[in-house]
Amino acid sequence: MVKDQEFLKLKASYCLDLAKKMGATDASVTVGHSISETVNFRNKSLEASDRSDGLALSIETYLGKRRSSISSSNLLDENIKTLIEKCFQTTKITPEDEFNSLPDKNLLAKQIRNLNLYDETRFENDKKIKYLKDLEEAASSDNQIINTESSFTENKSNFILANSDGFCDGYKTSSFTTSCVTVAKDENSMERDYEFSSKRHLSDIKQASDLGNKAAEQTIRKLSPNKIGSDKISIIFDKRISKGMLSVFASAISASAIARGTSFLKDKIDQQVFANSINVIDKPDRIKGMGSQNFDSEGVNSNTLQLIENGILKNYLIDTYNGKKLNLQSNGRSGGTTNLYFENGNISYEDLLKKNSKSLYITETIGHGSNLVTGDYSVGATGFLVEDGEFKYPVNEITIAGNFKDMFKNITLANDLEFEYSVNSPTMMIEGMTVAGK
Amino acid sequence: MSNFFNKSDLTRQDADKLVSETLNNCDDGELYLEESKSESILLDDNKIKNSNYSSDLGFGFRAISKEVVAYSYSNEISKDSLKNSSENLKSTLKSIKGTYNHEIPKSNKKFYKDVNPIEQKKLDSKLEVLNKVNEFLRKKDGSVKQVTASFAGEQKSIEIIRSGGESLTDIRPLIRFNVSVMLEKNGRKETGVYGIGGRQSYDDYLKNDNWKNVCEEAFRIASVNLESKPAPAGEMKVVLGPGWPAILIHEAIGHGLEGDFNRKKTSAFHNLMGEKVASEGVTIVDDGTIDNRRGSLTIDDEGTPTERTVLIENGILKNFMQDRHNARLMNTRSTGSGRRENYRHIVLPRMRNTMMLSGNQTQDEMIKSVDKGIFAVSFGGGQVDITSGKFVFNCTEAYEINNGQIGSPIKGATLIGDGPSILKEVSMVGNDMMLDPGIGTCGKAGQGVPVGVAQPSILIDKMTVGGTKL
Repeated sequence: MVKDQEFLKLKASYCLDLAKKMGATDASVTVGHSISETVNFRNKSLEASDRSDGLALSIETYLGKRRSSISSSNLLDENIKTLIEKCFQTTKITPEDEFNSLPDKNLLAKQIRNLNLYDETRFENDKKIKYLKDLEEAASSDNQIINTESSFTENKSNFILANSDGFCDGYKTSSFTTSCVTVAKDENSMERDYEFSSKRHLSDIKQASDLGNKAAEQTIRKLSPNKIGSDKISIIFDKRISKGMLSVFASAISASAIARGTSFLKDKIDQQVFANSINVIDKPDRIKGMGSQNFDSEGVNSNTLQLIENGILKNYLIDTYNGKKLNLQSNGRSGGTTNLYFENGNISYEDLLKKNSKSLYITETIGHGSNLVTGDYSVGATGFLVEDGEFKYPVNEITIAGNFKDMFKNITLANDLEFEYSVNSPTMMIEGMTVAGK
Repeated sequence: MSNFFNKSDLTRQDADKLVSETLNNCDDGELYLEESKSESILLDDNKIKNSNYSSDLGFGFRAISKEVVAYSYSNEISKDSLKNSSENLKSTLKSIKGTYNHEIPKSNKKFYKDVNPIEQKKLDSKLEVLNKVNEFLRKKDGSVKQVTASFAGEQKSIEIIRSGGESLTDIRPLIRFNVSVMLEKNGRKETGVYGIGGRQSYDDYLKNDNWKNVCEEAFRIASVNLESKPAPAGEMKVVLGPGWPAILIHEAIGHGLEGDFNRKKTSAFHNLMGEKVASEGVTIVDDGTIDNRRGSLTIDDEGTPTERTVLIENGILKNFMQDRHNARLMNTRSTGSGRRENYRHIVLPRMRNTMMLSGNQTQDEMIKSVDKGIFAVSFGGGQVDITSGKFVFNCTEAYEINNGQIGSPIKGATLIGDGPSILKEVSMVGNDMMLDPGIGTCGKAGQGVPVGVAQPSILIDKMTVGGTKL
């Protein structure tokens, strides 16, 4: 069983009291406990089981404007005492930073809404095994599939965040995640693809056979790929890739990147950064949302933010420290976005495919080719050539490149948004990028 | 050496007994105990932004029979907790019986000293170096707009207890010093990053004001990039510089030669043992035995002494990298490549220091031979799709080559290639093999482990460069 609030609160207040006793002017502490159980399958038989049971503690101590932190997994009182001593000694010799402080008291979350983030259902390992058997049975039904690997993870977590201004709250969350990776082979090639489902509640997880079939289908269609020539061509990003554009956008508007001056979106508030049909929203209070939260990692209340309105940048993602530096108030985004999404566009998926006589449909990218300082983007890609709305043949060993500043302004979104993850996007088309191939 | 039992109700004898009893009917397994202490200090935006110390303690209990691995970890070292884990393993393996293999090779060699880098250098003096870095770079040139510098240090103690009570131990230091600088000139911003590190104390790296060299290098890379033009797009010849660009070898070849992917036949290399997979003159080894290197290990995380494993010899595929589990299932021996990020993770076959050995040509000859291509000197990260064999990496410093001459610097571009065929495109191997500066971290299945790479300059006849200029 995951430790209850009382246990975590006791540890948290022990830490705060000790830090105060040693002379800290302020302190904040997070105590968490998490239990995960995973079962792994390969080619329809059990391959591994994994159980993890982990406590985690992190403490920040302040002496005026000086601050330092420690973290540990060892929650024995004696160990905590040694660590807080060490932390406070370090704080004393760390230089002052005028922007260091706990969050403003009036911004702290006052009430905790039940967002239904915890499902107490136990899904025993035997049931996980049954689920994965069904999943792999479906995934391997086509004889071009030569390998299947799948897993099911059940996680239950609980945490308490407390600070010396009297904030002390936390709540349980759960997640159920299942994934399937399949390998297909024909005389020309061997390819891999995947499908997964991750939910707060067990009953929302996709059906095993659907997930297996989807993984297999997505893998088989990649067989015998071609390399295409270098070209400027319109690119359509499958939903699982288009949401990555939002993650890049979120990193570029984090108050830390803005304050440091290392973002291509610095000083762009109230300016057009996306095509004017685009709206981006971050909504923390989505019921059962994978990214939902009542407050951020500093205890600051988080409300829904419209980040992009008709293409115009409206808000940064602000935490206390960087907010003070920018002379802006925290908007409860220490730790980043919550449930981030593009609003639907007004064209159907089918029409998006047909919009140009020839486009490249991307299902996977590899590499770390996003430069947040310059906005330059260049990654390896895999996908399909689409002609007149029809998938013609698979394509690989190519790269796609552009600059986010231009790419964001040339986005067209389909109207097929679904809330599957903490970041969600409809299918996306971007015009004017370069494909490098043969 | 950490004593994992002195603050626990669990005695050494209890642990031995429970380990033996749990693993009695299994093919392999062990109790892995780990204590790590680490610190990170970050200077950013003219200030010490963060100073963090962390301590971590826990165990991972593993039992293996046939193809099934059962694993359970906890950060509470106690009688109850270990007993729970034991029950958990037994229930997974209840119907699968094996025969325990007690054999594990021994060696007295050590590849790093038992130092604690965190305690060896006072915090004040580390803060002082970071402040000096900031001052030095900001004074150096008016274009310097942002400086980030950091220290990261760690000491990890491990003990492996096998069935029958055999115990194997190791103490591993690891440090890293990193500088990142952003320049702004004529409205353009570019970043340069450089770092050094390894399994030694900070002072071994920072003597003789060596931090200045790190600053100069970061500054130089950023300056070069300020002048960069859009990169070309398409297939062309690529000359790779020596040292860190060997992450190409790591991504393109290394991962595909790890035992697990080959046992599962999901690697593009699984049926190529003994075959020619690279041009003649290409020899690649994975070596855990180089003193004080980031990827070196005295013993791996299963207790096997590490070694220098020849992967490709003169173009021919010779060996895969193995941990005990995959080695047993493939009827071979462990190459001392069983690694894990920490006690929370299962062991996987991983790389250590992956190196292409020197040939006898010069970098000059390579560049002169290229009509149109690029010269890549430094890289950010890379990634590979093991199954299709396609891999990428990102240039952070590269130049055009026109008619045998190095031309303008080009913007960061991704290079993409095909692992099983790329080494056949290597037409020249340089005589200038160099180790990387000690900064690599390899990710696999969500686990990061420190690794090293090395290579001489090489000429690749055909690779796709992912620029924007057609």
